[in-house]
Amino acid sequence: MFDVKKIRNDFPILNRKVNGRPLVYLDNAATSQTPQQVINVIVDYYSNYNANIHRGVHALSQEATDKYEQARKKIQEHFNIGKSHEIVYTSGTTHAINLVANGFSSFLKQGDEILVSAMEHHSNIVPWQMLAERTGTILKVIPMSLDGELEMDAYEQLLSDKTKLVFCNHVSNALGTINPIQEIIDKAHEVGAAVLIDGAQAAPHIKSDLQALNVDFYTVSAHKMCGPTGVGMLYGKEEWLNTLPPYQGGGEMIAEVTFEKTTYADLPHKFEAGTPNICGGIAFGAALDYMNAIGFESMSEYEKELLDYATEKLLEIEGLKIYGTAKDKTSVISFNIDGIHPYDIGTILDKLGIAVRTGHHCAQPIMDFYKIPGTVRASFSFYNTKEEVDILVEGVQRAKSMLL
Amino acid sequence: MTIEEIQEEIVDEFSMFDDWMQRYEYMIELGKSLPLINEKYKTEDNIIKGCQSKVWVHAELEDDKLVFTADSDAIITKGIIAILIRSFSNQRPQDIINADTDFIDEIGLKEHLSPTRANGLVSMIKQLKLYAVAYQTQLN
Repeated sequence: MFDVKKIRNDFPILNRKVNGRPLVYLDNAATSQTPQQVINVIVDYYSNYNANIHRGVHALSQEATDKYEQARKKIQEHFNIGKSHEIVYTSGTTHAINLVANGFSSFLKQGDEILVSAMEHHSNIVPWQMLAERTGTILKVIPMSLDGELEMDAYEQLLSDKTKLVFCNHVSNALGTINPIQEIIDKAHEVGAAVLIDGAQAAPHIKSDLQALNVDFYTVSAHKMCGPTGVGMLYGKEEWLNTLPPYQGGGEMIAEVTFEKTTYADLPHKFEAGTPNICGGIAFGAALDYMNAIGFESMSEYEKELLDYATEKLLEIEGLKIYGTAKDKTSVISFNIDGIHPYDIGTILDKLGIAVRTGHHCAQPIMDFYKIPGTVRASFSFYNTKEEVDILVEGVQRAKSMLL
Repeated sequence: MTIEEIQEEIVDEFSMFDDWMQRYEYMIELGKSLPLINEKYKTEDNIIKGCQSKVWVHAELEDDKLVFTADSDAIITKGIIAILIRSFSNQRPQDIINADTDFIDEIGLKEHLSPTRANGLVSMIKQLKLYAVAYQTQLN
């Protein structure tokens, strides 16, 4: 049984006060909170077996290496990835996308086309713009509707044998839209294009089977799913990872080095130069264990309840408009109130101990699309409650009466 | 009145309130009394960077004193800039350059002073002082 009271006890931060009031944390799409079970793993690492991995002969190094590689196996199982060496540890999604963009720049040529969705985070736009500038490839945008859904007919029109790469988020960080990625992947493959799916916002809510999806690249950040910051993963199909050149040079990623020539290590180490975030990787594994113990199905069912409840309650406020009303969405509500700047609402909510995000959410093209300066974004996690939704709604009402 | 006297006056006004809501409500009121910038000066060049909301500031020399006008699309930001301008406007550039802004802390708006805060109060102060430096150079 899904017991939110019991779950909340796992998160020590949820007991703190902000501005004299109990914290209501609704900025989960920016970063999720960390359960004690994961904090314990971090403390245990630094208390008992902190060492550099893969090269030591001593016991601590072996222990750390084992735990780090066990965590890779946990990631493999969780996302049903075929081979563990198809998982590259990265510092997060942004690093993972840059790694792929950098690799593709060595074989894309002038006139090739790459497609990006209209609802991307800046970190899934800028690396590709940089790539397009370097290689002379053409960047085209898959448009979206006012509801915040991708226009799939337009997408099909954009695909051609010139298309080499398609990149799209699984879930939009600003709107919460769940994109039809299976269709996006299949259609791209029909014209021989590779697909990168940014899974940063999806992974905390949806357990994806990457083999079944047949996706070429998928990226995840641990800190959005109960893990620590500074660690994430890039999944890449083996043949792609073998084809892409290394991103950074350094230790760990080499097989042999002479001043004449260096041969690179096998996958995944070819892409894991330098000492990685060892503790972070291990804690990422622990975060997956934690979430799986609760179960993604019951979590997302509960989050859907919260989303529906919050949507209904917020819409009762006169002048409130929600951006992103796709049929399939995660527990994210982006909204504005007529005549009030989102920043003002966010400031008052903060005084009330309610943490939301305001601004363009690193997705300026979406704000330009709706012709707004930004939104207030409340993003719910499985540890939030209906009582917290009520506090939010009350807070928004209070802000409205102060500001209008 | 000198900058210091005006700042003391503002601190006095804010000391009447005992909770944050009243302080914010007063700040919003002050925002409504902000001497508004002429629309023609609402240009990209006059936008202060570092604010999540847009803030435009314009400065003009009248005799030997600097007069500020401004606007923002967010009302709380407008209140903050109104408080700043009230203390800096109609003052000599050299006095603006020398003035400190500790009174912001005293009126309970300390949280807005953090340089990492998205409202850019620090950027606003810097911009007002930059105008003062520019006009002081002109006066010399």
